[in-house]
Amino acid sequence: MSSVTNEQLLPIVSIENEQLSYASGKKAQPVLSDLNLTIQAGERIALVGKSGCGKSTLLRHLRSSLKEPAWCPQDPGLVPMLSVLHNIYMGKLNQYSWITNLFHLIRPSNEIKLDIQAVAQQLEIANLLQNSVDQLSGGQQQRVALGRALYQQSDVFLGDEPLSAVDELQAKRLLDHILSAHETAIIALHDVNLAFSFATRIIGLKDGQIEIDQATTELTPDDLMRLY
Amino acid sequence: MPDNSAAKYRRVSLLFAVSALICLPFANLNINTLDPWTELGQIGYGFLTPDFSNPALLLEALGKTLAFAFQGVMLGVIFGLLLALFYQKTIVRQFSAFIRAIHEIFWALIFIQITGLSSATGVLAIAIPYTGIFAKIFGELLSEVDHKPLNAIVKNTKTLNSTLFIRLPLAWKHIKTYTCYRLECGIRSSAILGFIGLPTLGFHMETFYKQGMYDQGAAILYVFFLLIGTSRFWLKSKLIPLYVLASFWLLPWSSYGDWSLLMRFITEDIVPAPLKQPDLTLTEKLHALGSWGAHRWHNEIMPGILNTVVLSQISLIFTGVISLILFPWISHHFLNKLGRASGNTVLVVARSTPEYLLAFIGLLIFGPSMLPGILALALHNGAIVAHLIGLYSQSIKLRDDASSGLNRYFFEILPRIYRQFLAFLLYRWEVIMRETAILGILGIPTLGFYIDSAFEEIRFDRAILLILVAALLNILVDQIATWSRTRLHIQHRPESL
Repeated sequence: MSSVTNEQLLPIVSIENEQLSYASGKKAQPVLSDLNLTIQAGERIALVGKSGCGKSTLLRHLRSSLKEPAWCPQDPGLVPMLSVLHNIYMGKLNQYSWITNLFHLIRPSNEIKLDIQAVAQQLEIANLLQNSVDQLSGGQQQRVALGRALYQQSDVFLGDEPLSAVDELQAKRLLDHILSAHETAIIALHDVNLAFSFATRIIGLKDGQIEIDQATTELTPDDLMRLY
Repeated sequence: MPDNSAAKYRRVSLLFAVSALICLPFANLNINTLDPWTELGQIGYGFLTPDFSNPALLLEALGKTLAFAFQGVMLGVIFGLLLALFYQKTIVRQFSAFIRAIHEIFWALIFIQITGLSSATGVLAIAIPYTGIFAKIFGELLSEVDHKPLNAIVKNTKTLNSTLFIRLPLAWKHIKTYTCYRLECGIRSSAILGFIGLPTLGFHMETFYKQGMYDQGAAILYVFFLLIGTSRFWLKSKLIPLYVLASFWLLPWSSYGDWSLLMRFITEDIVPAPLKQPDLTLTEKLHALGSWGAHRWHNEIMPGILNTVVLSQISLIFTGVISLILFPWISHHFLNKLGRASGNTVLVVARSTPEYLLAFIGLLIFGPSMLPGILALALHNGAIVAHLIGLYSQSIKLRDDASSGLNRYFFEILPRIYRQFLAFLLYRWEVIMRETAILGILGIPTLGFYIDSAFEEIRFDRAILLILVAALLNILVDQIATWSRTRLHIQHRPESL
């Protein structure tokens, strides 16, 4: 991983005076207005705020503005009948032709198996690779979704509460893996302590606006209380 | 072995595929006509130039088709509902299973011997198997109602009372919906009964097609499509009593035929021939019966069962393949509104055309072999299953970065629909087996072929024996399908039996 620092100022995404809304089914999503935001390569950003404040809307917008970021949505969107291995494999579907994918669906090559094994080991689910996802617990399923995102091997990681269903200690270990595998990471979290433990920058949303956007070093956990 | 749902589905699919492969060498798939393409071209040309010049005939056939269907289905509802009240009794369940295991065409062939080509024949041929179907579905609906009101009543209330006062009102809405759906099936059955001589749409269709008058045949088919295609506009539960009354005007009870032959049919005609020889002792009779049975087994039952099973298993696999190819055509995960509309049209036409009719046209084109039978069964049933899983796939919500195209098909959608797909396919298995037997009447040597020949030779003892064999085969397949569904943890209300 190349060590890009903030000083080099390579914006990977820039939002100016934009209004965001996201229609998803019948449920109206929160709207973000007068949005100004620039994200540089190498930043580790924690996205915090009350539930329903627009974190998911912002993440979705970032996903559509970036070129194939690693994406770990709140609803894992796994295919329950397929094995853990295949669900992780789906992170790379767009890198092969459909016929190659079909072969791997029927019989994954050893090379693929080893690659996925390595990802699964980091996530502590290597022993479950052949089980179908519908047999797993919520925490295990979340790690499979994380595995799918890691397997994409992208430069940027976008996660929407990717660690909400795992315990505190495991969350720390998983976070380390996410950070070491991606140059840039933008993660929505409800755990303020976890946010402070990794982020270089914290963005706080409230009532459809960016309320806080500062380097972590300039903030204390108490500053975030006004978001809630 | 790790717990893996997809692997389980794959094993079941493989089992079916292997069984079809084993059947393949026994199947006669030859094309026996000299020039199938010319025939196909002429039939196709008939569809382009339908001849509606005889509206009186069309109207009468249409009216008779509806009248048979409404009277038959209504009798089925009444008796089915009566049986459903006692559906918890094993004997009632077995009786219902037995009468619905015999296809309406076989019932018609039996009644033709007794009451001739009368109204009674057509109405009863529909009413009896539909009674068995309604008994099962209504029985299940009654047992599945909300249990809270039942728990609230006095403890020693008689079962019949609680059924009448609580279960029946609770299930009434579903009963009405299902009856409407079955009426549509009844119209199809009624049209098909024309092929063995009753004055419905099928009768004229067969006549015109056999004489090569494809333009007039096409006109009848178009009327039939229009009837089924518009059914959701006119087939409303409120209007049904009116239709039933009208059907009595078109098909009065006075034309119900002569029942004097019934006793003779039961006590003499269907008794195995060796038992009727007057100058034999009992041991000699039993001995003769044994060799009669052995003869039936070698010449009719065994080849009949073999061909029925071979044709069904191959058709089942093709049904599955066709439905998996067709369902994306009506799913928003793959196509826009316009594309889906075209898919829906094709599926409606394919599933509202009875397989018997498709096989009939197929035989004109390819000549007598299993090929037209397989094509007909797979196309009709495949369209039904495709429609059902297509609808089901609409409820799947994909994540934002889900793949598209064939990757989406194989990785996102196919695994998610596969359980439902297997459930629908298992339900169609019994239907396919029933229909396969019937296709014998068109000349494919399944059980129906031997049954039809026995009737033609006026060997009613033989015909009844073979009908019983066909019924047992259906019951057996139904049992295997039920067992497989339980093993796969698939519980799904059958759309049709």
